[in-house]
Amino acid sequence: MRPTQYTYKRDNLIQSEPNKFRAEELKSEEMIINLGPQHPSTHGVLRLEVLSDGEIIREVVPHLGYLHRCFEKHAESLPYNQIIPFVDRMDYVAAMNSEHAFAMGVERMLGIADQIPKRVEYIRVLVAEMNRIASHLIAVGTYGLDLGAFTPFFWIMRDREHILRLLEWVSGARMLYNYIWIGGLFYDLPVGFEERCREFIKYFAPKVGELEKLLVNNKIFIDRTAKVGVLPLNLAINSGITGPMLRASGLRFDLRRVDGYSVYPELEFEVPIGEGKMGAVGDCWDRTWVRVREIYESLSIMTQCLDKLEGEHKRTREFDPQAVVPKKIRPKAQELYVRAENPKGELGFYFRADGKSDIPFRCKARACSFVNLSVLPELSKGVLIADLIAILGSIDIVLGEVDR
Amino acid sequence: MKVAQSQPLLKNLPANKMPELRAIVNDLITHVTGTPAVEIMNSTPPGFVIPKEHLISVCHQLHQHSGTYFDMLSNVTGVDHGPETGTMEVLYHLYSIPFHASIVLKVILPREGGEIESLVPIWKSANWLEREVFDMFGIRFINHPDLRRILMPADWIGFPLRKDYHHEETYRGIKIDY
Repeated sequence: MRPTQYTYKRDNLIQSEPNKFRAEELKSEEMIINLGPQHPSTHGVLRLEVLSDGEIIREVVPHLGYLHRCFEKHAESLPYNQIIPFVDRMDYVAAMNSEHAFAMGVERMLGIADQIPKRVEYIRVLVAEMNRIASHLIAVGTYGLDLGAFTPFFWIMRDREHILRLLEWVSGARMLYNYIWIGGLFYDLPVGFEERCREFIKYFAPKVGELEKLLVNNKIFIDRTAKVGVLPLNLAINSGITGPMLRASGLRFDLRRVDGYSVYPELEFEVPIGEGKMGAVGDCWDRTWVRVREIYESLSIMTQCLDKLEGEHKRTREFDPQAVVPKKIRPKAQELYVRAENPKGELGFYFRADGKSDIPFRCKARACSFVNLSVLPELSKGVLIADLIAILGSIDIVLGEVDR
Repeated sequence: MKVAQSQPLLKNLPANKMPELRAIVNDLITHVTGTPAVEIMNSTPPGFVIPKEHLISVCHQLHQHSGTYFDMLSNVTGVDHGPETGTMEVLYHLYSIPFHASIVLKVILPREGGEIESLVPIWKSANWLEREVFDMFGIRFINHPDLRRILMPADWIGFPLRKDYHHEETYRGIKIDY
C-alpha cells in the first residue's frame, strides 16, 4: 500500500461534472437540489440535478458516467470469447440474458447459429429466464424499498437467493457467470438440477402471490404509484423505450415473441401489457404490475424448458455442450446488429468484424437502461420530488449498464 | 390471476416485410438524394449509405412514409477507421414496429471536424445516443439541444473510442497507474 494516493492540490476539487444550471441564473423561488451519486434511491451511482420550485420539479438533469468502465474500448482489444465476462458486468443482475444476446450475435456472424444443439438452447433459455425472475424481483423489491415498503425487500432477497444458488451450482458464480459460451455452454447442467429447479418453482409460485398481495395491491403502494409518471405510448416509442416500460404503456411488444430468437417460438407464454387498472395506462403501477406478471410467465417458460430437458432433449452420456464451440473465432468481414429481450428492455450489440483478426473492430452495446433512463427528464417535469423517486424506481435501471 | 386475453399478434408472428420494404427504402433514398442509393455490403440488417447533407430529409421521409414508418431509432453509434483512412462513420439503426423491419443508415464523415445534423427533432431517443457518439468520437451534431459529454467527465481530453487515442499520463495532477 502506498502512503498517499495523490498529493492534494486545490485544483483537484474543481468539479469534473459541472451542473447544467447555475445558481446565479435561477429565478426567485427556484433552487437546485443534488440527488446522488451516493443515494440509495438512485439504485447505484446516478446523480440527478433537480431544479425545483418548492416541492415541484421544473427540470431534472441526470449526470452519468460514475461507473463507466470502458466496455467498448476494452472490447476492441479482446477476442470475442474473452469479452463475455465484460458483458456480464454490464447488467450485473441479469448477466445470463446479456451473455445470451452476445453469444447469439457472434454465432450469427460465424454462421453457426443453426448448428447449436437444442439441449444447449433450452438450457440457455432456462437459465436466462431464471435470471429474468431474479432481475424482476430486484426491480420490484427495491422499488418497494424506495417507496417505504421495507418487508418485501427481504422477501425478494430470500427468494432470489434460491435462484442465485441454483445458478451458482450451474456455473460456479453467483452473479457474473460466464456460463453461456459462443457456440455452447461452459458445462452441462449438474445432475439433479432439474429436480431442484422444479422444487424451486413449486416453492416460489405462491411466494409471488404473497409479494403481489403485500406490495403491488397494497393501498399505500397504489396511492404512491397510480397515475404517477404516466408514459404515453407515442412518447415511449419515440424515445426508444423498450421492455416492460414499453409494454406497460400498452404495446404488446416483446422481442422474444417478435423476433422469435433461440427456442422461444417453441414455448408458450403470454406478453402482459399495462391496462391502466389503477388509473392510467403507463403509470408507475402498471410498470410494476407488468414485471410481476412477467415473473409468472418466466416460471411457465422454466417449467416448459424443464419438461423438454427431461423429455425430448434428455441428458445423455455423449452430450457435449462444447461440441460446436469454435476453436478459433474469426468471423468474415461484416457488420451485424443483434438484439434480444433483456429484463430491462432491448439489449443490442453492434459488431464490426474486419475478417482479419479474432478481435472485433468495433463492438457497441446498445444498453436498454441507458435509453430507458433518457426519458426521465420528460417524465418528471412538474411532479413532486417524492414522485421523482417513484418514477426513477419504476424505470428499473442498473447503473452498470447505463454507464457500461 | 392469469392474463386472459391473447392477442392475434401474439400467436402469429408479424410477417417480416423486409424484401418489399427494402425496395421502398431504396426508391425513397434515390428520390430524396437524387442519386442511386448505395447499399452497405455484408450488413445485417441491410443498410444504405446516405450523403450527410440528405440525412435529415431521408430520415424524415422514412419516419413519415406510410410504407415504411420507421418509428423507433434503436441505436446510434460511430465507427472510427483510423488516421490512415481519415474517415469516420455514424450508424443509425432504425426499426419499424408496424412492419417488423430493421434498417441501418450509414453516414461517412471526415475524421477531423466531422459535423452532422442531429435527429432529435424526429426521434427523441437520438438525444442521449448522439451525446454518447459526441463523447466518444468527437463528432458534432448540429442543432442538438444539449450537446455535452455524457459518460466521460466534462473536462476529459480527447475522444476515447478513436483508434489513435492515447490516454493522458495524469488527470488533474493525479498520476494514472495502469
